[in-house]
Amino acid sequence: MKRIFIHGAGVVSPAGWGWEGLRAALAANTPVETSPLPRPGWSQPLQVRKVSARATRLEFLSHPRLRRASAVTNYAAAAAHEALAGGVPKRLGILFCVTGACVQFSRRFYDETWSNPATASPLVFPETVFNAPSSHLGALLESTDVNYTLVGDAGTFLQALGTAADWLQSGRVEACLVAGAEELDWITADACRHFSRGVICSEGAGALLLSGQAPSAGHGVELIAITDSHLYLNGRSRMKTIQKMRDTLPRELPGGLLCDSQLGLPASDRAEAAVWQDWPGARLSPRSILGEGLMATGAWQCVTAVNLLREKQYPSALVSICGGHQQAIGAWFASV
Amino acid sequence: MLVITRVLFPRRANATSPARAVVTGAGVITALGRGWEVNAAGFRAGQQRFEPVTLFDTSRHRTKIAAEVKLPKDLPARNLKPQVVRRLDRAAKLLLWAADEAWRQAALSSIAELPIVLGTTSGGMGLGETYYRQAVERPESGARQPSRVLHYLAQSQALVLAEAFGFTGSIAIIGNACASGANAIGHASDLIRSGAAEIVLTGGYDALSELVFTGFDSLQALSPGPCRPFDAHRDGLGLGEGAAVLILESEARALARGVPILAEVAGYGATTDRYHLTQPQPEGEAAYRAMQMATAAAGITPAEVGYINAHGTGTPLNDSAEAAAINRWAGESAAQIPVSSTKASIGHLLGAAGAVEAAICLMALQGQWLPPACTVQTADPLCRFPLVRQPQDAALKYVLTNSFGFGGANASLIFKKRA
Repeated sequence: MKRIFIHGAGVVSPAGWGWEGLRAALAANTPVETSPLPRPGWSQPLQVRKVSARATRLEFLSHPRLRRASAVTNYAAAAAHEALAGGVPKRLGILFCVTGACVQFSRRFYDETWSNPATASPLVFPETVFNAPSSHLGALLESTDVNYTLVGDAGTFLQALGTAADWLQSGRVEACLVAGAEELDWITADACRHFSRGVICSEGAGALLLSGQAPSAGHGVELIAITDSHLYLNGRSRMKTIQKMRDTLPRELPGGLLCDSQLGLPASDRAEAAVWQDWPGARLSPRSILGEGLMATGAWQCVTAVNLLREKQYPSALVSICGGHQQAIGAWFASV
Repeated sequence: MLVITRVLFPRRANATSPARAVVTGAGVITALGRGWEVNAAGFRAGQQRFEPVTLFDTSRHRTKIAAEVKLPKDLPARNLKPQVVRRLDRAAKLLLWAADEAWRQAALSSIAELPIVLGTTSGGMGLGETYYRQAVERPESGARQPSRVLHYLAQSQALVLAEAFGFTGSIAIIGNACASGANAIGHASDLIRSGAAEIVLTGGYDALSELVFTGFDSLQALSPGPCRPFDAHRDGLGLGEGAAVLILESEARALARGVPILAEVAGYGATTDRYHLTQPQPEGEAAYRAMQMATAAAGITPAEVGYINAHGTGTPLNDSAEAAAINRWAGESAAQIPVSSTKASIGHLLGAAGAVEAAICLMALQGQWLPPACTVQTADPLCRFPLVRQPQDAALKYVLTNSFGFGGANASLIFKKRA
């Protein structure tokens, strides 16, 4: 059994483009400021946490394939670029994870369809498919190897890490980029509001680069374990499901970090908070700082854990992702 | 210290790895009908099922036909509460019908920890459309909107399936456009081969939706008439809907159960074409590599493949790129390998296409016949391979199916008949 290491991490969030902004926001432990997003038909806007526009456009975003791409692709590309700062490996597999995906273009295209299908834009439609961002990533990184888009709740990001590990074990690829991303649209924020009035939706991306090649001593992060995906099914309590996930992870890690998925809303967090209430170590909840980023949330948690391990702030970390709809799943990373 | 029981990583080492992945159950629903028998008869005869669209208004579209499924009013008797059944969308119903047949064919009883790997492009898109219309027309009304949100999500149909059958294993939804179904089956076979799973429920599903129909219409990719894959005068694809579900097991498990084995998943290739978001590289480079990878995995040469179920959408660019790829991959053997695209019969099923076409390959292997595309009149001279245009019998051991999608997702699967 080959060991699997994390060789790079990248992030885009409402706290900024790159790890520096997110690290500062987590250190401040204050939720990022909200901004208004007009909701058609309402006098009051929705409150959301957007990714701020950059003062200068990142050079690689001028790639011809990204000309018409939706925001979700740009976020994923920027996170990938940061994760691949050491260079793009050969035989690179790509696993791209989304919940809502290219929702801005999907909503726009359906609006055109509804108004008059005869004039709906053929330029917009191709950008609505789930795998448009991963296709653009493949073009940007010149990867022609296996490329999957996985759709699910935030826990799918950890499932993707498991698939990446499988591909590396079997030799299907030599390295694998796992990215998760979302973009904001009023329709997504409107949909989330039906489940929690206090939820603040957000957007962004996170990416990790995995390979079986050991890093130089003292400079790397190893993926130690990923639990099974524990489904939320009718008749099974959410707390018991999360507890089953926790039961396959260590009860404690000396000096270790728990990076959980609490949102900062007691009603939403109750089950996860109860299951982890006796965690003795440090704890971070990026989602409570950045908002409900759906798939991006899972990616932010993993990038946070990995980067803090790389910076030697902790020797090891657990990630607990209690997805919104599908699953509870966890992972264990360690500095090497 | 940690005691890991069932985890995604590190996988428990399989003493007999790599295991052989075999198919012990298959269920299918298309415009030809519900179930293996009616579909096998329809594909063997080359029947076509394109009719005027009834699910939404097409008066302002260029194309007005599609291959709709006539869904039964009832659902398979499974563990779903009536309130859940009432909220199900068309896609979930297609999936449940296909899964029920596959499950029964595989003669399985309850298996809790069964992983599900499915492909789809649209999930519950129909519900998403309804959600949007209400959100715009009646912005203050939240009536039934939460349920629409939940059932719109692509993983929801799989969660309903898990609920219906009592599964608690992991769910993976692959959204690789029109290669989704083939990628799902390939990924499931990888899980079996690596020893990560002993049995997997896999396949693909997609229901027709106004958004997707309009999308292909806007691209002028839809033929207003019959779909004619690899015809010199082809003018576009026809859309359809449906689902296919396969039960994959390790050979050892299937033999121990003593159940009939429909075929072995002998090879899988997956590559990415980075030429363009919607157009294939003209020489079909990625398609060629996917087929090459699949034959290498199966340990065979192209000459041993007895039939190719082509992706064959019927669009000028896709078919010429696939023809070029097959010509190059098969080399001198091309003239001996019959090829057809069953999209002529039931249309392009998008995320379900790869799974349904895999099921058609299983039918062909079982019955030893070739499914014709009877709409082809003049074969494109690019095709150095014979096109199957009339029903015919064959002696098949290996068959290959191609699935290529938007975004450059390319997948090839090879199935082997068991002795």
